[in-house]
Amino acid sequence: MAPALVWLTALMVVPCALVLALAFFRRGIYGGIDYTFTLENFGLVFDPLYAGIFLKSARIAGTATLIAVVIGYAAAYATAAAPRRWQPIFLFFAVLPFWSNYLIRTYAWIVLLNREGLVTQLLRWFGYTGEPPSMLYTEGAVIAGLVYNYLPFVILACYAPLSRLNPELAEASRDLGASAMTTFRRVILPLTVPGIAAGAVFVFVLSIGNFVTPALLGGGRFQMIGNLVYDQFLTANDWPFGAALAMALIAIMLLVLMAQALAADRAAGRAAEVKADG
Amino acid sequence: MSEPRTLLAIDDVSKSFGRVTAVDGISLDIRENEFFALLGPSGCGKTTLLRMLAGFETPTDGRILLDGKDIARTPPNKRPVNLMFQSYALFPHMSVRANVSYGLEMERLPSAEIRSRVDAILGTTELVPFADRKPEQLSGGQKQRVALARALVKRPRLLLLDEPLGALDKKLRGAMQLELKRLQHEVGITFVIVTHDQEESLVMADRMAVLKDGKLLQCDTPHAIYEHPADRFVADFIGVMNFVPGTASIDGVMAASGARIAGKVPPALSPGAAAVASVRPERIRLFPSADTANRTTGAVEALAYQGLDLQLHVRTPLSPKPFLVRVTADAADRRPVSSGDQVELGWDAADVRIFKE
Amino acid sequence: MTSLARTFSMRTILMLVYAFLYIPIAVLVVLSFNEGGLPTAWSGFSLKWYISLAGNAAILSAALNTLIVALVSTAIATLLGTLLAIGVEMRRHYGKGLEALIFAPMIIPDIVLAIALLSFFSMINLTMGLHTIILAHVVFNLAFVCSVVRARLKSFDWSIVEASADLGASAITTFRRITLPVILPAVIAGALLAFTLSVDEFIIAFFTAGAGRASTTLPMQIYAMIRFGITPEINALATIVMAVSIAALTLSQRLNRGVIGQ
Repeated sequence: MAPALVWLTALMVVPCALVLALAFFRRGIYGGIDYTFTLENFGLVFDPLYAGIFLKSARIAGTATLIAVVIGYAAAYATAAAPRRWQPIFLFFAVLPFWSNYLIRTYAWIVLLNREGLVTQLLRWFGYTGEPPSMLYTEGAVIAGLVYNYLPFVILACYAPLSRLNPELAEASRDLGASAMTTFRRVILPLTVPGIAAGAVFVFVLSIGNFVTPALLGGGRFQMIGNLVYDQFLTANDWPFGAALAMALIAIMLLVLMAQALAADRAAGRAAEVKADG
Repeated sequence: MSEPRTLLAIDDVSKSFGRVTAVDGISLDIRENEFFALLGPSGCGKTTLLRMLAGFETPTDGRILLDGKDIARTPPNKRPVNLMFQSYALFPHMSVRANVSYGLEMERLPSAEIRSRVDAILGTTELVPFADRKPEQLSGGQKQRVALARALVKRPRLLLLDEPLGALDKKLRGAMQLELKRLQHEVGITFVIVTHDQEESLVMADRMAVLKDGKLLQCDTPHAIYEHPADRFVADFIGVMNFVPGTASIDGVMAASGARIAGKVPPALSPGAAAVASVRPERIRLFPSADTANRTTGAVEALAYQGLDLQLHVRTPLSPKPFLVRVTADAADRRPVSSGDQVELGWDAADVRIFKE
Repeated sequence: MTSLARTFSMRTILMLVYAFLYIPIAVLVVLSFNEGGLPTAWSGFSLKWYISLAGNAAILSAALNTLIVALVSTAIATLLGTLLAIGVEMRRHYGKGLEALIFAPMIIPDIVLAIALLSFFSMINLTMGLHTIILAHVVFNLAFVCSVVRARLKSFDWSIVEASADLGASAITTFRRITLPVILPAVIAGALLAFTLSVDEFIIAFFTAGAGRASTTLPMQIYAMIRFGITPEINALATIVMAVSIAALTLSQRLNRGVIGQ
């Protein structure tokens, strides 16, 4: 196992530590790095201009997460309710698109949403004669792209606890007088929260740091944190500020992961209590 | 018959994992061709001892002599000792035949010899019809026989069996106990079996060792251990025993109720010391004759027929727990009892064992 | 709700979700066979965009680069990731740090790893090219291989390794004849996953490819083409790339089912 650990250390830990260090230096006059210690870059992250981009990224990622979880949970629920032998097949086809190229999946939405795309043509076919609606290069398009790209993972994450759920639990709840809705709310949903949380965290973390989807579906000027980082390194040539942005991104990601781990620990604690009682 | 030869000598062996001592200074001799059982509750160190014999653990201290040679530090693949794993550990990607052949291939035997030895052992273990199956296509009992055949085919000096019947259901277990005895007799290999099931070791073992907390409590034939347990723990662990707590006197135990249980007091127990008198359920008679040494009365709380036997739970003033009494169905027929009846119980002083509490 | 109505509504949900997942891809595939030059209006069946792809030197060289990167990084990652998985699972007790180190490459945002490696390579003055892309791809590929193999090892009965030693096999023989054959389907599944990820990976390759067109990979080429606009040629290229990925996934899925079967 040693070679693998060396590889990970040399090509992940060290480079990431380097980025962390970079964030504490000044930008050189000609775009290089001036090796004097400063906290300016982190201060700049909280500048209203950039803080606004963080907030916008969080809003977009949050909206995409919410939509993906609602659709994904419904799909996972329907899959788990299907006959046993069909479930792996349904699941396989739900996940299949996930394994085709990310760029291509995103590109497919350009084809759908552009001014002469399928959506516009469908509207015309229904008798719409006005200007083609501008759907591409909007925040909505970015959210649609994110939901589309990460939905399969949510379906997988929610399916796992749903398929393990003992159907007798729901029956017991009905037997004790609960309605179908109450049974879902009080029995099924709480038992499948870990799956929802895992799926949600995944979508949120990958969305907030996304670069490709905002770049392609949001249009040239549309910026989320990922695009901002990209610009600092490849366009603005301000590596220290880019590094500080990247570290802020990592910090957000760690916070979300820690919150999830905490929630999972509490859920596991509850489960252990239930077991001890039984 | 000549004096049985010692095959394996375990000489003051200890094993610690960090601060936990799993095996604590155990010495044991295992004789050629015997069926030996290591018995004890879980966590007593029996599995660690077995794994040291197989070579998967190295003793912290002590020697393990096989035919007089210390093998304590010999790796498992270089010992003439084989282990039948509790989980059977069959290779999932190999057929039954390939599983059984594997050990002989490691010895680099000619393939003709491998084939004939494998065929022979598959015959002995009645596995010929399953030779081409994969482990997943076998029942629990069949898997167990494959694991046994795979170890036996190497003709080890010593075969170790780790809870070999643990995964089988009760009925199959009974049949396999006899089957293992038969096979051991047939192949003439020394068997060392680890089990937590005292009934199993009573049925199968020629001799057995009782372990607790890493220490050896007693090593003898099942009969000797059953009749003369070394201490209260062994008496309780092996078979079923009724206990009367009290204090030692010169010729028995004074129970808290004031009654005296007559019996032979071990010399180590001085009068006045906390002691416990015990008697096996089958040594207790219902409505004993007047000259019986130990007698008491009690109310029958429950009774259960077990074929030939009738088991009674009798509440007596002697002990907080009800007495367990086992009488033959014949005896019960002569004078029927039912739940709630007052009965008289009696047993001889010779059947009483007294231990330090 | 009656059970019939319930079944019906469940089916409706699944159908809507599948429609959402597959319509965009289907449109793309259909349009790749479109005769006309307009990327979104159907004007007749034709294979001409596939033929024109075959003559596009930039795309062919990018495809070759991608193949090299994916094959080499998959080979290294499969070897290292499998050994790592075995090492981690055998010792049972391992720190949270090790766990985090192995998990990190799968969760770290691409853009962060990309800029980190770019900074690192330029700091140590390493000329960038296909070799630096390979170095970078091994990082996440080995994490994915490791996680697939570890999942298999979780249900691995380690007593069969001891049984092999007990029957007289050396450590190397045991690995060759027992451990490897049992986990092989998972190793291959992990390798196929790594290969797919490497073929599709864009941002890290983009940052670690260095200047010049010589080390452009297929996703980089596709990105450039998409930025330029919708063309029927991209549709055709996308169709081919998707077909390859899906074939690899299907294969890996079948192998994983083999694992469960055992």
